Amino acid sequence: MPALTKTFFIKARDFAKAGESSLQIQSILKSIGFTSDLIRRISICAYEAEMNVVMHGGNGELLLTVNPEDIVLDVNDDGPGIEDVELALREGYSTATPEYREMGFGAGMGLPNIKKNTDSLEIDSHNGRGVHLKMSFKVEDS
Amino acid sequence: MNEIETKDLSLNDVKHLLRAQIYVGEGKLDMPIKAGTASDLMSDMLTGQNSDAVLLTGLCNVQVIRTSVIAGVVAVVLVRGKQPTQEIITQAREHGLPLLSTPFTMFTSCGRLFSKGLRGVEEKVPAATHAR
Repeated sequence: MPALTKTFFIKARDFAKAGESSLQIQSILKSIGFTSDLIRRISICAYEAEMNVVMHGGNGELLLTVNPEDIVLDVNDDGPGIEDVELALREGYSTATPEYREMGFGAGMGLPNIKKNTDSLEIDSHNGRGVHLKMSFKVEDS
Repeated sequence: MNEIETKDLSLNDVKHLLRAQIYVGEGKLDMPIKAGTASDLMSDMLTGQNSDAVLLTGLCNVQVIRTSVIAGVVAVVLVRGKQPTQEIITQAREHGLPLLSTPFTMFTSCGRLFSKGLRGVEEKVPAATHAR
């Protein structure tokens, strides 16, 4: 039985709110009291994924599940999907528009950075049918 | 090669060295600043190890604040005299993140802090906490 689950909704192109779900997740994890390194890795992955949905994905949701042995972030969106997942995992590859780059994003580091910071990552994407990301983080005794 | 003594600065030192105006964080002036980082690219702020650092940036939007909180940055300085909007100030205040603005350029700001002993994140943060 999961100890805690919480769902956050992400709205496409809503830059005024983009990132707020991840900040709430960071705050929840801090209040539970995980190690700062684990909180940093999870917060960064949540934020990268949330920004990806806002910029590329369409509407979506982020589900946080805190189990005794691991923490899982599931992100689903109803956007156009990732055309070439292997390419998107390459550092520097980006399909961001100049508008997003002006905001400081779109360097092509999002998915590679998520991969680096997760213990396990599953990407399920089909053209026209959105993206499902499942990111898992092991909870080690501190 | 390293002839300048390396040391931590306080937020107050940063404020004075950069002749900065402070918008948020008056109550945290004695806070230690362990390292410095400078970027206009928020993507880069998420890939490096930027915890406990002051961020110097030419970017002036709410994502700077949110990215900084996620990355563990402890203070933000806007360079070239950029003025934060009320929305940016409110965000920074909500997260207890000190926010300053300096008239100096990015290059000069970095040089002024470095010459007083502040170092980049790669020298200041214990290896054990580096991103994997």
